[in-house]
Order: sequence, then C-alpha cells, then structure tokens
Amino acid sequence: MSENNFVSPQAVKRLKKRRGVEFRFRLWGQAAVGFALAALVWLLVSIVGTGHSAFSQHFMTLDFELSETTLDPTGARDAEKLRGANYRRIVQQTLYAQFPEVTERKAKQEVFALVSASGATNQLRQMVYQDPSLIGQTVRVTVPTSDQVDQLFKGYIKRETAEDRRKVSDRQIAWADTLKERGVIRKKFNKILFTNPDSRDPELAGIASAILGSVMILVVAFVLAFPIGVGSAIYLDEFAPKNKFTDFIELNINNLAAVPSIVFGLLGLAVFLNFMGMPRSIPLVGGMVLALRVFPTITIATRSALQSVSPSIVDGALSLGASHTQAVFKQKLPLAGPGILTGSIIGMAQALGETAPLLMIGMVAFVTEVPTSIAEPATALPVQIFLWSDSAERAWAERTSAAIIVLLVVLITMNGFAIWLRNRLEKRR
Amino acid sequence: MSIKALILGVASAALLTACGGGDAAPTQQAPSKAAEGAAPAATSAGIRVVGSSTVYPFSTKVAQEFKNKTGINVVVESTGSGGGHKLFCSGADASTPDITNSSRRQKKSEFDKCVGNGVDEIVEVKIGFDGIVLANAIDSAGMDMSLKDVYLAFAKEVPTSDTDCTMIANPNNTWADINPSLPANKIEAYGPPPTSGTRDAFVEIAMEGGAKKVPCLASLRKQDKKAFGNLAHTLREDGKWIDAGENDNALVQTLVNTPTAVGVFGYSFLDQNTDKIKGAKIDGTEPAFENIAAGDYPVARSLYFYIKKAHLSSTAGLQEFALEFTSDEAAGPGGYLEEIGLVPLPDAERAAVRAAVESMSPYTQ
Repeated sequence: MSENNFVSPQAVKRLKKRRGVEFRFRLWGQAAVGFALAALVWLLVSIVGTGHSAFSQHFMTLDFELSETTLDPTGARDAEKLRGANYRRIVQQTLYAQFPEVTERKAKQEVFALVSASGATNQLRQMVYQDPSLIGQTVRVTVPTSDQVDQLFKGYIKRETAEDRRKVSDRQIAWADTLKERGVIRKKFNKILFTNPDSRDPELAGIASAILGSVMILVVAFVLAFPIGVGSAIYLDEFAPKNKFTDFIELNINNLAAVPSIVFGLLGLAVFLNFMGMPRSIPLVGGMVLALRVFPTITIATRSALQSVSPSIVDGALSLGASHTQAVFKQKLPLAGPGILTGSIIGMAQALGETAPLLMIGMVAFVTEVPTSIAEPATALPVQIFLWSDSAERAWAERTSAAIIVLLVVLITMNGFAIWLRNRLEKRR
Repeated sequence: MSIKALILGVASAALLTACGGGDAAPTQQAPSKAAEGAAPAATSAGIRVVGSSTVYPFSTKVAQEFKNKTGINVVVESTGSGGGHKLFCSGADASTPDITNSSRRQKKSEFDKCVGNGVDEIVEVKIGFDGIVLANAIDSAGMDMSLKDVYLAFAKEVPTSDTDCTMIANPNNTWADINPSLPANKIEAYGPPPTSGTRDAFVEIAMEGGAKKVPCLASLRKQDKKAFGNLAHTLREDGKWIDAGENDNALVQTLVNTPTAVGVFGYSFLDQNTDKIKGAKIDGTEPAFENIAAGDYPVARSLYFYIKKAHLSSTAGLQEFALEFTSDEAAGPGGYLEEIGLVPLPDAERAAVRAAVESMSPYTQ
C-alpha cells in the first residue's frame, strides 16, 4: 500500500510537477543572474571603452626661449610682476618658429591653436615665478597639446569629415602630423588627470581636488557617524528598556535610512549653513551632512550584527560573574565586529557616491585649488563627474568616463577591503 | 581582545583625525596661508562666485586664468541665475558671495531685496552675448522659420487666426501645418526644463517675440500685459515639447538619433558640435557667431555678473578679478572667452563696461 503510493501514476505526476517547478525556478534564477551580469558588462564596456583613452594624452616638447625683453623689460625681477607677464607671446613665438613659412595672421592663429594655450603659458609662468633666474635662458618644457589635436590623434575627430564640420582645419591636421613626425608631439601617460585640480580646459583638467575632497568628506562622515551609529545600536539593543518609546525610535532610525538623500542636503543647508553660519562648499559640512545620511545604515548593520551573536556567549559571561557591560563589550561586541565594520564600510561606499546632498550645501563648485584642510572649499568625485558630463567640448566625454572608472576602482577597493576584513576577523575567532 | 583593540584603534584614530582636522586645521591654516604670501593681504578664503549655469563656463575660465596669474583662489558655483541672486542678496557679511553670474538682467524685485538686506551698492557688468539656437541633425532638412512660426509650434494655446484671438489648443502637428515651406515632419522639440535660465530666455525672447507678431495678440499686449505674458509663456504639454533636462550633450545625441526632432540650447553647444547638428535660421538669419555679435540673430541674450561693492575691501583681488574678466584678453574679440563660445560686446559698449569696473560705480534699477 505504502509502496504503491510512491509509484502510483498520481505520485509520478506530482514528482514530475515538483521537478518542473524546480527546473523553472533555476532557469529564472539563471536568467536573472545573466541579466545582471549583462547589465554590468554593458556598463563596464561602455565606460571603459570611452574612458580608457583619457589615461593617455598628447604632449609637445618644445624649447622655449624665456626672453627678458618680453617677460621683464625693466629687469626688476619683481615676482608678482613676473606672474602677470606675457607668457602667451613666448609660446606663440616658439610655435611660429616650428613653421617659419607661415606668415598670414589667421594661419598663425591656427598654428597657435595646436598647443594648450592656457596650459603652456601657465607652466612657463609658474616656472619663472618659482625661479626668476630662468629668464634669458632657453628651457625645454613638455606641455599638453590642445584638446582638439589630442582628440584628432585619438580618432575622436574624424579626418574624413568635411572640413567645415570639424573643429580642426585641414592645414592644422597637416601641421600636427608634421610635428608628430618630428617627434615634437608624443603620446604619454596623462599624469595631469591625477595631479591637477579642475580646469575649464579639458587637457588640463584633473580630479586631484575632487578625490581629496571626497576623502576628507568620508573621514569626517566616518568619524561622526561610526561612534554615533554603533553607540546608539548597542544602547538600543542591549541597555534600553523595551517600550513604546524605544520602538518608536527604532522605527524612526529604520525610516531615516530610506529617506532620499536630497532631504539631508536640505537639512544641512538649513541647520549647518543658515542657522550655524558655516561656510559653503567645505568638506567639513559635506561630511556632517553625509554622516546624517550614513549613520542609520551603520546602526542597522550593527544591530543585526549584534543580534546574530549567539546568546549563549553573553549568558556564559554573565554566569561567570561578568557585569552586563563587561559581557557586551568584552564578549559580544568583538564577535559582532566584522559585521559592524562591513556594514560601516558599505555605508561609507554609499556616501562616496552621493551628489544630491552636496548640491544643496554648495559643493557643486569649480575650485581652482587642491584643498589642504577640511575648512577650505572643495568638491567631490561624483560632483566632478556631474560637472564634466555637462561641458560642451568633445574631450570631456572621455574624461568623464575616466573619472567614473576611478570612482568605480575606489568603490571596488573599499568593498574588497570590507570583504577582506570580514574574512580575516572571522578566521581569528 | 585584539579585535576589540582593532575596533577601538580605528575609532580612536578616526577621532584623532577629527580633532586634528576639525578644530586645529582651520586655525593652523590661516597663518600658514598668510605667510605663504601668495595672496597679499588675503583676509578671506578667496573670491566666491555663484549664479547662472550659462555663465559658469566663462566664469570658471576666468577664475582659472586669474588664479594662475595671482595665486588667489576663486570658487565658482553653478546655482542658476535666480538662485545666485538669492544668495548674493541675502546680506553683505563675509559669508555671502562676492559675485553672482546671471544670464539675464537682475530683476527689480531682486534688486530691492538686495537693498533691503543692506547690499545697496552693486556693480553691474555686462560681459557679452549668448544665442539660443533651434538645431536638428546635420543630415536633416534645413529649417528657416520666423519667430511667429516658433510661437505657433510650441505655445500651448494659439489664436484661431491672426485677427481672432479666441484661444484654442494648439492644433499644429507638423511644421508644414504652420508654414508650408517648412518640412512636413512632426513637431518634436527637446528643450531645457523650467529651472533653466536658457528656458527663461527662450520663452521671453522667442515665444514672446513670436506672439507679438500675431496682430490680435499684439493688441492684447497693449491692454493686458499679464494675460499676454501667460499666453506667450506657456509651452504645450501634449508631448510635442519635451523637457530634456540640463545635460546638453545628451540632447545633441538625441538629435543625432532622431533626425526629425529639434533641440533648443545655447549657442556654444552648436559651436562645439558642428559635425553633428546644425542650427535653424530664425527670421532668415543663421545662428552664427557674426550674426549674434552684430545683433542680427533675434534669439540672443546678454550675460552679466554683479559685484558686491561692500566686499571690495574684505575680499582680496575682487576688483582685479573683475578687471581680468573684462579685459580684452578675456572678453574682447579673439579673447580666450570667445574661444569657448562667448560672443563679445561691441567695442564701444565694452569700453563703457570696462570703465564702470575700473571706477566700481554702482548701478541703479
């Protein structure tokens, strides 16, 4: 009778149905994972595809004659005056010297447009400002080409496009090719991207101030959010009486984690800027706003980490005569440590990607200096990406993608560190 | 134990950084900065500029050149013209911006608010022109439309005829419905959202200018300016006009992919993308640099910035920054701002602006 039950036609049918359900579920699961992977690959391919070329750039190595008559006709060597001197003239003459046959004014302008006007003049300016004794000498300096020439050699400006439809004229292409043959123009690693602050000229723009700003914001946010988040979680979980009021607080913390981040920006604007009168666009305020954003995440992660620790450990400690505080801090907290740290790092990674709250407190800004303290104006990496993506020149597209690559690398490093830390601490147990 | 030590270590190290960074840094920073001698008599953290996103590229370029020449830091924020005036007029103390950029003239209400908050001396500086273009993909049919065509294409409600101002929901579906000489493509325009200064200018110059060409609306304007403004400023909401967000690069890509669509944006984006898109002629005039400079292209606006005179003594380099902005090297013909799409003022006007900056003479509404 019982044997018959397992081989009866109904049972076989049921079995088939159950296997069918399992098979379909697996298929759905594989399809879901496949879709997620495809989306990720598509994202990476499109970003790396446009962004990788920004890590190299074309440079010109030229001998600039720092003539005294142009830069310092009085011979006074006054540092401030030297800063404002006419370096453009020197760059122009150096480039004209490459093509002595060009005499017409319009053509000369086009020759000059091959080099990064702002970059070359400023490089010479800072050199002379640092060391006025260079005046009168001839110096060999490597300066960036203009973004148009760079885009031409990278193939983003197509040579086959009709001349009136592209920003580089036929003769400019010929001159650029000649300079490349002469070895004046060379492709190099784009160090500028990592060492310069933001610039209006794509060939001079870098993410140094944005990265530093992001780091400062994260440090401030971590310092504020970590103790508050962990502390409130421990108190709520271990010491607070269980009543309506603590339930209410718990509900609110969970809600806070889901509040759109722009709301925290508005709060920061109202409290930190308008009420407390702190300056706009500084990483200190940015960090404070993001701390508000991150601390609920840390609290929730800490609480779930604490709750996953076996109660027998605390019971054991208590039965051996430990006080409640000792049991929590000496036994429970260390075991919950990996979970707390992982949760916090993931919270910080979220904070790294935030732009909306920073918009409200004035960190969507063009800053000409790499900040040296948390009270100086700075910007953040995602904000930099946002600002670049909206600029007109073609060369910004690859730089935007390059900045996104850097952001992704930082995020992967942070998450990788979280995983490494968890594995390491778990092994030690 | 060791794990606890690690957690405590991380926390305390972080706290130390906080103390070091949070409290000590600003106080340490101030003397070291002054000692650097980069900014003579620098009492503030640099020049603060807020305002229009249209002026932002020009302002940042000048900021960069100025920083290179003087070592004085300039922070430029893109807040939109309206947001800029609001911040600028919020008071005269050191925490408020020194300069606000604007893609339109300061409104009377904004000026009054400024005065009410103690910002009574403002120097107005006009820096140049910017055209607003209607563009489509380079391989699509060229368009030559009048301002009235623009109005009839995009207004939510249009008059039944030139003489009968009974308003009806805009019945025009294709460009040829409005003007037989235009292509028979369906009307589909991607333009800036209401938060944008470009949208304000488009509505005020192109739409209002077009509405004025309809005789009965022109007479309505004489009787009831407000009603006229409402009619002229309301864009259609039946999907023919699409708010495309602030990213003009994405807009250019959309136009390339949709050959029948038209996009509305600032002249500098047309200038940078001449291999992908072309501008429509308005009233027979090409949106070209020369035409905007000469004032022939009808949909052009002036760009401004406003200086808080009270900050001249407290913000080092403020006047010098304004002088750099108005120098021939920057805003003149062939200057570095022209290279990135600013249309310079005529010589006489530029000289007048320059004189106002040199004497720092405040303006009145």
